[in-house]
Amino acid sequence: MLFVYSGETGEGPTLERVEAMNRYNEELSKAGVLLALDGLHPPSTGTRLTFSGSGDRPTVTDGPFTEAKEFVGGYWVIQARSKEEAIELASRAPLGAGAIEVRQIAEGSDYPPEIEQAAKLSQDPPEQTFAE
Amino acid sequence: MAARQAQGTSGQIDAIWRIESARVIATVARMVRDVGVAEDLAQDAIVVALQRWPSTGIPPNPGAWLTETAKHRAIDLMRRNATLQGKYEQIAHAIGVAGQAPDLEAELDDQIGDDLLSLVFTCCHPVLSMEARVALTLRMLGGLKTPEIARAFLLPDATVGQRISRAKRALATADVPFEVPSGPELQARLASVLEVVYLIFNEGYSATAGDDWMRPALTEEALRLGRILAGLAPDEPEVHGLVALMEIQASRQTARTGPEGEAILLASQDRRRWDRLLIRRGLAALERAESLGRPVGPYYLQAAIAACHAQAPTTEDTDWVRIAALYEALARVAGSPVVELNRAVAIGMAFGPELGLEAVDALDADGALDDYHLLPSVRGDLLARLGRLTEARQEFERAASMTHNNRERELLLGRAAQCAGAP
Repeated sequence: MLFVYSGETGEGPTLERVEAMNRYNEELSKAGVLLALDGLHPPSTGTRLTFSGSGDRPTVTDGPFTEAKEFVGGYWVIQARSKEEAIELASRAPLGAGAIEVRQIAEGSDYPPEIEQAAKLSQDPPEQTFAE
Repeated sequence: MAARQAQGTSGQIDAIWRIESARVIATVARMVRDVGVAEDLAQDAIVVALQRWPSTGIPPNPGAWLTETAKHRAIDLMRRNATLQGKYEQIAHAIGVAGQAPDLEAELDDQIGDDLLSLVFTCCHPVLSMEARVALTLRMLGGLKTPEIARAFLLPDATVGQRISRAKRALATADVPFEVPSGPELQARLASVLEVVYLIFNEGYSATAGDDWMRPALTEEALRLGRILAGLAPDEPEVHGLVALMEIQASRQTARTGPEGEAILLASQDRRRWDRLLIRRGLAALERAESLGRPVGPYYLQAAIAACHAQAPTTEDTDWVRIAALYEALARVAGSPVVELNRAVAIGMAFGPELGLEAVDALDADGALDDYHLLPSVRGDLLARLGRLTEARQEFERAASMTHNNRERELLLGRAAQCAGAP
């Protein structure tokens, strides 16, 4: 998964940027690696829920969030064969300024056995009915 | 730039090769009209890159760099050949190719698409054995190295290496033109391409838990190839049908094996573990196939059946009537006793066990599935649902004696015991 971070808050993207981004997305799609993507509305329109850890209901704060410098602006889900390949694909993104974070989507087998077992238990199939 | 230079490692260059190699090979193959030579030239280019990039840094457009380097080598090669053999038109062709104005981006895109498609059709050419087509496709289009292909197919490196070099020679000897076939030939050749991609997918899909990771990775390679193909040939409904089929089947990957690697049949799978993203992609590919408004083929029909399951919350709440109809359509375009058996199962679910049994019995009388354990297994299931438990038990026992899979045998004997124990 590729997360785009940008420092921009208010201003929308220019036409050139959108076109360049479309071309990039098209490239990913043609290469057969693009599974999903989305752009997000600016963080000023976002809402943050803060959990205190006390078990109380979370505190709800509306944007803009002045204390943070970078925000997630969107994401791609790509199917890459290696981290290097994901990095290479990400490095071709026409990002004016900002950052992309490459993170691998976790699968069951990535976890220690006891966690994987717990995840499996919570997903145990319902009772099967064979014959009527 | 400094950060980019720091990435000039062999791992990074490897990744670039995997992304770019097919396009480099395809572009050069159009010039030299020989995919084997084209691949050698592309390899030469990556060798140069491996020497230079660690000190110079990776160029801003590594794909274009590799293509240019390989093209220059191709022109050198053709000049030498031309001097030797007097083939001046080859030079003219090569210079024409190399001299294209780089700013005509759209036109170049089309050209690269055509070249890639030509490469696909050449790698899957019917003069080659199926094994050779698979190996060549993974190597030329997937950018896999020979040892990776060997590991995926559980073969010695040397065997795959020989297979690939023999395939390249066979293409050159048969003088297979580097082109996209047209007219009536197109559909038959396309069928071969789809078969190769689906075979790669199934190799990966049938891999078991203990296998090297390279083997299950074949499903992803096939999906990627299929999606590339869908972009190159967007007007072919069966291409989208195959992509849809692979996406939906892949969505069940984690749900179809148990903790000990045992197979879990569709009806018993935990549907919460199906990958919704892949299902959504599969359904979208099906819609694309439908929107073309052309007759659909076996991949589309199989994908449509898979989609019925993918959208159903439970086995019981599945649109079995539609599935039965789709199997009937499939039987007409690509009939086989196994398709008939599946149709019988669907009929049994849609219209009741009597009609299902009728269909199975017709098939049983036909004799084509005499050695296939699923026939008595399905028959046993239908008989059990009809309450004919003694006969059901016999059928489960017959099925158990026919399967070579221990776990399946246990399962079938379990069903037989259930029938015996029931009042």
